[in-house]
Amino acid sequence: MISNTSSVRESLKRRDIIFNIFVYTLLVIFALIVIFPFWWMIITSFKSYGDYNAEVVPTLIAVSPTVENFIKVFTDVPLARYILNTVIYSVSTTALMLVISIPAAFAFARLDFRGKDILFTLFLALMMIPSELVIITNFVTVTELNLRNTFTGLILPSASSVFYVYLLKESFSAVPNELYLAAKVDGTSDLKFMLKVMTPVCKPTVITVTLLKLIECWNAYVWPRLITDEETHFLVSNGIQQLRESGFGRENVPAMMAAVVVISVPLILLFLIFRGRIMEGVARGGSKG
Amino acid sequence: MKFNKYKAWLYLAPALVFLLAFMVYPLIDVLVYSFEEGFNSASQTYFGVGFYNYSYVLSDPYFLSAVGNTFILVFITVPLSTFLSLVISLALASIKKLRELFQTVYFLPYVTNTLAVGLVFMILFRPTPHSDGLVNAFLGLFGISPIDFIDGPYAMKMLVLCLYTVWTVMPFKILVLTSALLSVKEEYYNAARIDGTPRLRIITKITLPMISPTLFYLIITGFIGAFKAYSDAVALFGVNLNVAGMNTIVGYIYDMLYGEGGGYPSYASAAAIILFLIILTVTAINLTVSRRRTFY
Repeated sequence: MISNTSSVRESLKRRDIIFNIFVYTLLVIFALIVIFPFWWMIITSFKSYGDYNAEVVPTLIAVSPTVENFIKVFTDVPLARYILNTVIYSVSTTALMLVISIPAAFAFARLDFRGKDILFTLFLALMMIPSELVIITNFVTVTELNLRNTFTGLILPSASSVFYVYLLKESFSAVPNELYLAAKVDGTSDLKFMLKVMTPVCKPTVITVTLLKLIECWNAYVWPRLITDEETHFLVSNGIQQLRESGFGRENVPAMMAAVVVISVPLILLFLIFRGRIMEGVARGGSKG
Repeated sequence: MKFNKYKAWLYLAPALVFLLAFMVYPLIDVLVYSFEEGFNSASQTYFGVGFYNYSYVLSDPYFLSAVGNTFILVFITVPLSTFLSLVISLALASIKKLRELFQTVYFLPYVTNTLAVGLVFMILFRPTPHSDGLVNAFLGLFGISPIDFIDGPYAMKMLVLCLYTVWTVMPFKILVLTSALLSVKEEYYNAARIDGTPRLRIITKITLPMISPTLFYLIITGFIGAFKAYSDAVALFGVNLNVAGMNTIVGYIYDMLYGEGGGYPSYASAAAIILFLIILTVTAINLTVSRRRTFY
């Protein structure tokens, strides 16, 4: 009887091991599929133009690695300019988003006013509006105001975000009311409370929202494409598109890959540093775009 | 004291100004544009009011081909990416060792630039001067003769677009599904395990019903996102999607608005409203189905 149960246990254990081998194999194969394009772009960016084009069988390593492509992307094409533009655009848009969203979230979470519930419902309803619907008028507006190819035209329509107001409001609401009342008794003004207490207490959410917006801006393509047609104001997405169509005088794949590596590295670093915050924020409903 | 009453509005004012200017007003305006016939953006004039823009768009072969492409893309990639994400997430949730590492790797495509990585995909599928490209080299191992994926037959282009779309949308789905799976309480599984219930039965009878709200949330947002496909196609086939025969509805809207053949905000608006109605209908169907199928 005893030996019987132990042999059942043995066979169950064996089944578990087989199951685990199967699961890990699946996960490793999928991980390779995900990583492969990144691996390939890094490898190719270190190949020379001649080596790449002479390949009869594509190689998965750079036989004689060279950094010439990384020099080319900064000398032959204005990649540094695109990156600088993107940094200006991303940082300003995100800062402006925080400046307008934090007070709004604070008002919804802490202040009392008439029509608050209705207004908040309307706010949430706006979340469902696809950006494709509003972009047409914004394009016409910005064009009429002669703001094409300016940072103002790029930034202003990108700064408002209902979703981030919602995330901040949720976080502000979770702060115990006693803190607010205590501050009131001490004579702290609402503004001071918002800046000196609320924002620091809710720092995790503020950081999450900041990171999500930065990622969104760094990857923005549609709006910048509509609003800029001069290279001086191109962002990296448009820059990549430009490089692809008329980049290095001839089609230079390794140099293109070097450009892709250069513009991907900042985001990948940001992601690896703030992995937890970013994934948690996205899991709460931030979908791309 | 009177000041206090209005203070909240002071805090709300910046957000309201931005939302009114860049969301609410455009929303009304796009409707107006879509009914103004013969609108001229240079002189700001139009002939009349009516459904001409809609009938123009609906009989434009480019629009119809964009609608066809978008529907094919949606009905292939949404089920496929959701199913694959579910399989990967179930695998992730069943292990403890290395789970975080796998999760991090799987999330990488989410934080990278769609245009940039799309370029990498395109190059992988395209021939180089002396070879048929990496994907063809791989397929050659199985005796499959080289295929022209990027400039070749329509089905092959669509295949590449679907593959790339699935690759870009899976990180979000895996992330959400894995956290839903991990939040299902251990007790349910333990009870089933003591009974000796087979794994597949545990999945279909316990796990899937428990996460069905998340699954339906992902399907609904997946449909909405896929109907708005555009950047992925640009990354693979270039800006001129009509020439490649790979345009999407959103691509059509932007082409009408700006660039070669652009300058028609009225047509763009009509197309955008049609897209919105399609999304609304599909979402309504999805919601009805999910009400009937969600288990709690």
